[in-house]
Formats: sequence, C-alpha cells, structure tokens
Amino acid sequence: MSYISIIKNGIVKENPTFVLMLGMCPTLATTTNATNGMAMGLATMAVLICTNFVISCLKDITPDKVRIPVFIVVIAAFVTILQMFIKAYLPDIDAALGLFIPLIVVNCIILGRAEAFAAKHSPVSSLFDGLGIGLGFTLGLTTLGICRELLGSGSVFGFTLLPETYNILLFVLPPGAFIMLGFLIAIVNKITKA
Amino acid sequence: MEYILIFISAIFVNNIILSQFLGICPFLGVSKKIDTSLGMSAAVAFVMTLATIVTWLVQKTVLDPFHLEYLQTIVFILVIASLVQMVEIVLKKVSPALYQALGIFLPLITTNCAVLGVAILVIQKDFDLLQSTIYAFSTAIGFGLALTVFAGIREQLELANIPKGMQGMAIVLVTAGLLSLAFMGFSGVDGGLRDLFGLE
Repeated sequence: MSYISIIKNGIVKENPTFVLMLGMCPTLATTTNATNGMAMGLATMAVLICTNFVISCLKDITPDKVRIPVFIVVIAAFVTILQMFIKAYLPDIDAALGLFIPLIVVNCIILGRAEAFAAKHSPVSSLFDGLGIGLGFTLGLTTLGICRELLGSGSVFGFTLLPETYNILLFVLPPGAFIMLGFLIAIVNKITKA
Repeated sequence: MEYILIFISAIFVNNIILSQFLGICPFLGVSKKIDTSLGMSAAVAFVMTLATIVTWLVQKTVLDPFHLEYLQTIVFILVIASLVQMVEIVLKKVSPALYQALGIFLPLITTNCAVLGVAILVIQKDFDLLQSTIYAFSTAIGFGLALTVFAGIREQLELANIPKGMQGMAIVLVTAGLLSLAFMGFSGVDGGLRDLFGLE
C-alpha cells in the first residue's frame, strides 16, 4: 500500500468520526466551536503519530501477552508529554479542552490503531497511518465544530457571519452536539451509499 | 446535606453522559437491550467507585508527597487497568454467578473514559475521600440511569419506520440529543437545593 493511499484511507474510507464512530467523547464534548474542535483533533493526531511510530518500532520485542499494557504505557507517556507542552505554551487551549487532554489516553482510536495497524506494519507506514487517521479525526471534529458554531453562535473560527438574532443556543449546548452529529452522519450515509 | 447535593447533582444535573460527554462509547455500544445495559451499569458502578477510592489514595499518599503529580495520567490508567483485571480474577473465584453476569463487560471498562474521567475530576475538585466515593457512586448511578432509559427508547426505536439515510447511528444520536435535552430540564436544581440547605 502506498503512503498516499494509507493517508486517504484514514481520511475517507476509515474516517474515525463518520465511518468508524470511534472517540465519540472528545468529538461531542470539545466541538462547541471550530477552533476547539480543530485543536482537539490536532492534539489527538500528534499523539497518534508518535504512538503509532513507537509501537511499530517495538512490535518485534513486545511479548504478545503483555502487548496491551505496553501500548497503554506508551500512549500514556506521549499524552503526558503533550499535556505538559500544552500547559506550558498554549494555556488558552488547555483551559478550553481541560479534562479531555489526559483523556486522550482512553481514546479508542489510539489503542485501536495501535492494535489494528501499528502492530502489523512497518514504522514508516504506521507513521503515515497515524497522519491519515489523525487528519480524518481533525476533519470530523472541525466540520462538527464549524456547523455547531455557525448555528449556535453565528460565527466560524471566531469570525461573526450571522447576526445574533439568528443564533440557536441549543447547538452550543450538549444536546446540540448529539443532534448535529446525527445529522452529519445521515448526510455522509446518504452521499456514500447513493 | 452536602452529600445529598453531590448525589443529586451528579445523577441528574451534571449527568456524566448527557451533559459531560464521558463514557459515550458504552452508551452507544451496549444500549441495544435493557438487560445488557443493566449489566454494564452494575459493572461500571462497581469499578468506578473502587477505582476512584484507589486512585484518590494513590494521589494523596504517593503522588502528592513525592511531587510526582505529572505522572498522574500514567499511574491512574495503570491502576484502573490492573484493578479491572484483579476484579475479574476475584469475581471469577468468589462469585461465579456475578462473574457470569458482569464478565463480558469488565474488559470494556478499562477504555471507558468515564472511569478515568471521574478519577481525575475528584482530584481537580479537591474532594475528600468520602465526597469522592459518593461522587463516584452517584455518577455511576447517573450513568446507569441514562444508559437504561436510552436502552428502553432504542428497543422501541427498532419498531419505528425510519428514513433510509437516518437509519443506524444517525437516528440513535438524534435520540440521544433529545434525551440530553430532557435532562437539561434539571439544570438549576442543584442551585435551588443549595439555597434550600443553606449551603454556600
């Protein structure tokens, strides 16, 4: 499989948000606006690329029986590094994403890709798989963030587009996350199956 | 009084699934039947309470005195993963009937972000051990309530005639949105109770 097709696979065919439906907690919780959604997507992508690469490098020396604990320790280590980095250099994002940064550890996408891809493929392919799936996740979160922000607060990435009278507060609140994602998935279903 | 407030607010007002978005994977994954959702809720209640007590003790007796707070994420996830394993082994030996009922749900709990989420939240909120235990237990009840109610709705949904594009996950998410909207009706209840009990 060429590297470009691995990336394309992550964005389109196995898109974590719209097709695999993995990592739903950060998807719903952090997409109150486009910026936060994108930040969460990029943070997850950074961890995913590193863990995929390292786990793939370690795959030959990891005994099969303890592979899951090994994966979890590697993932937790990179999440801790990312958490410290964000706390130090990007305090705004740290305040907005809060609890969901340490919770990247239990994001099913990361452990899922480690088990399904990195444990079976070469380090470089795994790196590209991390990039592809990460981009797919970022795309999903940003799309959801843009839709919710536009309908809920009438702006996109902080730029106001609609006057305040047209704001639908519901879409910034928790129920709006479920409803918006439901409709986006329905649209994706319609496009892919037609 | 303060404990009652924590109890009610964790179940209804700040429901872990419908307003805090933790534990969405099991919420969407094992809510097809009421029976399985009850089993999952029981397993989560058990592990979440136990895990919160253990992680709280680890934080206060090991991490804080030795200034190892930055290891929190790694230590907590390892504690939870090994705890789940241990509970599984003990249950298998001590109570095979309970193991039969909860067995398949236990491994799934390690990756349930609600468990790690609550363990970190009680440290952030600076609760003492009793408050943490009550918070964890009532959060788990809130989880069970949302999961079971949702499973009941989904069983009915099976019979409905749904437009093609909306079938599958799409309609499930919209339904979850409506349930979340219903739970928003509880917002403000905690403030009212606070006034009623005369708490700060």
